[in-house]
Amino acid sequence: MDEVKDKKVEKLSDVTVRFAGDSGDGMQLTGTQFSDTTAWVGNDLSTLPDYPAEIRAPAGTLYGVSGFQLHFSSIHVNTPGDVPDVLVAMNPAALKKNLTELNPNGTIIVNTDSFDPKNLKLARYESNPLEDNTLDGYHVYKVPISSLTSNALEGSPLSVKEVGRCKNFFALGMMYWLYNRPLEKTQEWLKKKFAKNKDLVDANLKALQAGYNFGEITEIFTTRYVVEPAQLPKGKYRNISGNEALSLGFLTASVKSKLPLFLGSYPITPASEILQYLSSYKNFGVKTVQAEDEIAGVTSAIGAAFAGSLALTTTSGPGMALKTEAIGLAVMTELPIVIVDVQRGGPSTGLPTKTEQADLLQAVYGRNGEAPVAVLAACTPTDCFYQAIEASRIALKYMTPVILLTDGYIANGSEPWKIPELDDLPDISVPFRTEKEGFYPYLRNENLARPWAIPGTPGLEHRIGGLEKADITGNVNYDPDNHNKMVNLRNKKIKNIANDIPDLKVDGDESGDLLVLGWGGTYGTLKDAVKRARAAGYKVSQAHLRYINPLSKNTGGVLKKFDKVLIPEINLGQLAKLIKSEFVIEVEQFNLVRGLPLKSKDVLEKITELLGGNNGN
Amino acid sequence: MATNDEVKEKKLTAKDFASDQDVRWCPGCGDYSILAQVQRTFPEIIKKDVEKIVWISGIGCSSRFPYYMNTYGFHGIHGRAPAIATGVKVANPDLDVWVATGDGDLLSIGGNHFIHACRKNIDLKILLFNNRIYGLTKGQYSPTSEKGKITKTTPFGSVDYPFNPVSLAIGANATFVARTIDRNPKHLQEMIRRAGEHKGLAFIEIFQNCNIFNDGAFSLLTEKDTKDDSVLVLEHSKPMVFGKDSDKGIKLDGVKPIIVDLASGSYSKDDLLVHDEFSDEPILAMILAHMTDHPNLPTPIGVFRQILRETYDGGIRDQINMVTEKRGKGDLAKMLYGANTWEVN
Repeated sequence: MDEVKDKKVEKLSDVTVRFAGDSGDGMQLTGTQFSDTTAWVGNDLSTLPDYPAEIRAPAGTLYGVSGFQLHFSSIHVNTPGDVPDVLVAMNPAALKKNLTELNPNGTIIVNTDSFDPKNLKLARYESNPLEDNTLDGYHVYKVPISSLTSNALEGSPLSVKEVGRCKNFFALGMMYWLYNRPLEKTQEWLKKKFAKNKDLVDANLKALQAGYNFGEITEIFTTRYVVEPAQLPKGKYRNISGNEALSLGFLTASVKSKLPLFLGSYPITPASEILQYLSSYKNFGVKTVQAEDEIAGVTSAIGAAFAGSLALTTTSGPGMALKTEAIGLAVMTELPIVIVDVQRGGPSTGLPTKTEQADLLQAVYGRNGEAPVAVLAACTPTDCFYQAIEASRIALKYMTPVILLTDGYIANGSEPWKIPELDDLPDISVPFRTEKEGFYPYLRNENLARPWAIPGTPGLEHRIGGLEKADITGNVNYDPDNHNKMVNLRNKKIKNIANDIPDLKVDGDESGDLLVLGWGGTYGTLKDAVKRARAAGYKVSQAHLRYINPLSKNTGGVLKKFDKVLIPEINLGQLAKLIKSEFVIEVEQFNLVRGLPLKSKDVLEKITELLGGNNGN
Repeated sequence: MATNDEVKEKKLTAKDFASDQDVRWCPGCGDYSILAQVQRTFPEIIKKDVEKIVWISGIGCSSRFPYYMNTYGFHGIHGRAPAIATGVKVANPDLDVWVATGDGDLLSIGGNHFIHACRKNIDLKILLFNNRIYGLTKGQYSPTSEKGKITKTTPFGSVDYPFNPVSLAIGANATFVARTIDRNPKHLQEMIRRAGEHKGLAFIEIFQNCNIFNDGAFSLLTEKDTKDDSVLVLEHSKPMVFGKDSDKGIKLDGVKPIIVDLASGSYSKDDLLVHDEFSDEPILAMILAHMTDHPNLPTPIGVFRQILRETYDGGIRDQINMVTEKRGKGDLAKMLYGANTWEVN
């Protein structure tokens, strides 16, 4: 390797990379591997997988482009990055689709082999962008990734097609070199993943190494970059996605409450992974039923709750709509179930693989009759873990259905997670009713919760159902005054949960010109925008709701201390509507419903617009 | 409070299964007979403790059933009883889970849950109260109403074909399929007993008279002067004989069942089709199921089919045991750590 010249090493604090290619090119895998290694070397990070709903859209087309964005840094990271600094484009369509979003003097690494007339035409390029002035101003690295991969794999027993599929590992190896990351975590992963096919392991390992070596040898790259580990709080960490964190949260709630976990669910994007994760936790006694439809998912959970399990159902918007009637049944029978809605673009089938926040009012109000339920929202991938435990705790303590909202962005996105000590997590005590003396199915305790007397308990045989219940006895009852009483009791029970949840915290000063109020997956973006606005001298603070129904008791007080309240949402103003009706105040809105996370620069622009020159400068 | 042992020593009677709720079906409804036969049969067939019995229902007249049984009960929402029951049974396989449902509930709005419960062989006992009409909504035609039926929503007669519930259950691979009639209490009791003893999904279609909206739907099968010639009582390993004087039999002509006259001297019992409840193949059961659709053939009642296969709830439990044995009991701390961790100091 005497040809290898010393290359310049440049220190960066913050990089956003986007991998883009055909949906069959393995971009999600490449991105996930790069993320896991990047987390492992100690950077803080946030990811944004962005892929089409079609599994293998025709190769080379614009609508078949799959992307994976990753923001990593030596300082704290809040978002997957507004604007990528680096674009790895595996074909012309990937270049075309992502170029407009790239930093104007950003870096592009292209697979030149794919820039043939056929692929250029599919990407609707009139002329080859690598040869005209399309890419002026960018740092473009032209690498024949496909041919370099097949050269490296000469003599491999794999077919030409299979060899071609290894090109993503070549690209990954190259990126590892460029950003000074070790290969070993991906090597370990490959060996495990393809344990049954040694030829595949060998080929991908070779491609990975060849990509790395290429960075070292080639004169194309003159600089490699170092992003130092971030100063995260002490502890043990792992990289985790929202869906996995959520699954582990429910598993933890099951262990802590000593209740068997039951999940009734029907596969739906982007929630299916939760069913997949939980179905692998068999040695914890977790029971999963892949139901015949969404309704059977929730009703089997209701049955399991009746029988004494910690019962869940998981879904996304369209499935949520189908579960509506059954959630009402859980309200009437006052059984503890957790309904997880991983929100995606709607209405109807909408944008299955894209994110949105437009199921909020459905969650709070979307049932016939007066049917109050507790509604929680997770705000980051790792928060999914804690909110899963919290949703379980509330459901069990108050004998009520709880809806937990996440979204496609935090469900699929990942970030480093400081793994908690089990002893630091609260125990959830669940007393089943066993005492016959004085037992009535609808006699309430101090939390207005009714007793949980499960089948198999001698002497407590009773009947419940969807017909209105008589107060205390739980017998079927059509009396007008009883109905009025029960409607109010059910409402009061949910309202009372406000006494049992933490106050809404303000990030920044407790008063000022503007409060940016958000909920759910926009947390990181809003945090970033507010931080930047404060740095520019604006008197802006942030508050983020993790409890939607009921709201924390101090919410109204928090809002009052600011001249203006801005509510940015990926919907047309659903939280804004709730806040306005609850507190009768004016609010400012920022709504952008593109199926993508909000960008902090857009929110910052809105803050600036609202506060004008009022930044104390 | 009476303990289990005391209850068992006392020996249960039908009364022990009656709840304190007033029964609110219309006077003369066939549901009364079904309730009475269940309560009469249960002391004999329930091997488990009373507290382990759960009755689950959907919506409709029949679905009020759980309120009248002094057991655990759940009156669900329309069509979903099999799915609720699935959750109960999977969560606690020790429970004895029974479903009371009607033709609209099980075969219309709940059709999907029914066929999948059959397919999965969940250990549930499903009693279908089939009166071929919507009763609780006051007289619209149902998915088992005969074609041409005139009802409030089909003033010129229905144009769609009915389901044959027994055929549907056999087609969906239910492991126990039977039919009986509300007006034949002995037979009804026998079918309940057989279903209760079955391990796996047991389905009983009960012809049930709605004396308000579809009175006499099954009169041919229940009235003294017609029933013997209209009903074929299936008995395992017995030749298929019916008729007032046991003078008629069923013989197969290819795959077509035909009636032969035993009195004529041309045929003897040896020529007749012999019932086999336990056949691995569903063919015979299917042929018998479709005799109902034929106006000239008698309607079979009895056990059409009973086979043994692993149950869904049992399968889930066994898999948990198997994986736990292989991997050891789950360690939560280990799970949270996952495969790739790093330390920040």
